Amino acid sequence: MTTALVRRPGLARVRTNRPLLYLLCLGFLGVVVLLALLAPWLSPHDPNAVDLGNALAGPSAAHPLGADGSGRDTASRLITGARTSLLGPLGVVAFSTVAGVVVGVAAGWRGGWLDSVLSRTTELVFAFPGLLLAILIVSIYGEGLIAPVVALGVAYLPYVSRLTRSLVLAERERPYVEAYQVQGHSAVQICLRHVLPNIAPVVLAQSTINFGYALIDLAGLSFLGLGVPALTPDWGRMVFDGESAIQAGYPLSAILPCVAIVLTVVAFNVVGERWADQVARRDR
Amino acid sequence: MTDVSDDQRVLEVAGLHRAFGSVQAVHDVSFCLARGGSLGIVGESGSGKTTTARIIVGLERADSGRVLVRGRDRSAAAGRGRGARLERAREVQMVFQDPFLSLDPRVTVGSVLRETLRLHVPEAKADHDRRVEELLDQVGLGAREAGAMPRQLSGGQRQRVAIARALAVEPAVLVLDEAVAALDVSVQAQILNLLADIRQDTGIGYLFITHDLGVVRCVTEDVVVMRHGRIVESGRTAEVLADPQHAYTRLLLDSVPRPGWNPKAIAVARRAL
Repeated sequence: MTTALVRRPGLARVRTNRPLLYLLCLGFLGVVVLLALLAPWLSPHDPNAVDLGNALAGPSAAHPLGADGSGRDTASRLITGARTSLLGPLGVVAFSTVAGVVVGVAAGWRGGWLDSVLSRTTELVFAFPGLLLAILIVSIYGEGLIAPVVALGVAYLPYVSRLTRSLVLAERERPYVEAYQVQGHSAVQICLRHVLPNIAPVVLAQSTINFGYALIDLAGLSFLGLGVPALTPDWGRMVFDGESAIQAGYPLSAILPCVAIVLTVVAFNVVGERWADQVARRDR
Repeated sequence: MTDVSDDQRVLEVAGLHRAFGSVQAVHDVSFCLARGGSLGIVGESGSGKTTTARIIVGLERADSGRVLVRGRDRSAAAGRGRGARLERAREVQMVFQDPFLSLDPRVTVGSVLRETLRLHVPEAKADHDRRVEELLDQVGLGAREAGAMPRQLSGGQRQRVAIARALAVEPAVLVLDEAVAALDVSVQAQILNLLADIRQDTGIGYLFITHDLGVVRCVTEDVVVMRHGRIVESGRTAEVLADPQHAYTRLLLDSVPRPGWNPKAIAVARRAL
């Protein structure tokens, strides 16, 4: 497989051939997803219950991870925050994968002017930083998770569409595609039933890596106070809220969400790279 | 070329031309194939035989010339509808050179056949499971292979699957593009015997594209020799191979390795040609 996934500098080095680290990351992601799904039952306190008498408290029996500047339980906010922190990137990845695959397959299969138009257009999006695009759209449409998710979805589309296009170009040269054409199958049937399933593993590996990047970007947005509404627990938002706690000398409520973000992103990266490597090995 | 009366022709190719840039890949190629007959197209690499085959199946367009199957012109602008597409598929089917590449690696043997059957025969009218069994039986494969993935099969078995897939459409003509070239010699013989049996049973017409004169001798009745995109000689296979008229045909015959074979003399003859 000569087609390379799109990676960001720095994170590209986070990969492993050791199955232990891969399994560890996979397990970690499983735990995070479970926590997010079961948040209402697992969080020990109401994540938004303000208790000013308890502000900046250290870890105790009642608050195992302490409380933030407003006295809200950090553990509960971390667990509940996993929901928005994972839901956002999920939306970004779902949108960019579906739209990117459609654009990539159309460009790769049809070729000609359609390929030129689609490729140039997506390259134009590539030239635009995703975060800026998201900030622009949020400033137009106001707060809410939908606007930044759609904006980042558009910004991530070229990652998927370029990869898909090159995969389709390679795949359609394979003789089995011609065999199906001779048999009388329509182009749409061949694409959906044969080309797509054959390129899907690589695209999914790219989308998994994208999930980590989208998580960073969305956390960055909500750290800037954009996107997620103020009261919703969210990891990026918690880092922002924790600023005053750091200045007061109690950094725990800011550091914990940072750690959660970094670990989750690294785990997604390791898992995605591992899947991509497995696909590449199988094809050889 | 032996004369074949009009109603006996299943495939007729007339005045095909195809150029790739300045290279004339196919130049004024004409031949015809009798109903249930077997015609070989021989020539070395680059002689234009594969391009001719691809024009006939419709994977390539001719610059000029006509391809008629059962008297219907299929080189004319193709209808885009489903009906026209299926009609074209039922005229000519193809077996590709490399059985390792011509099957989708993700699809089992049974599903390959069932997919083609679903496309060409409405489910209500026929029992597809039974037909899949019949087809596999026809190419000498059993129920065990029906559930297998292509990677679990040998080259010969895969080529049998490819043949069964082509037969599922029930075409009038089957184009075999170097269909046994990728197989080892004993498997080649098995596949050629199988193809001969199928032709006897079904009355399908074969167009054998090959560089292998042994294959031509075994399974074809007529032969066309191509060089640089042109037909240099044609006729009954036995006569052409026994008494070649054109220097290039003699060269091809001399190029087959055998005792007392002299490659240097052949190289000299090739340069002289």
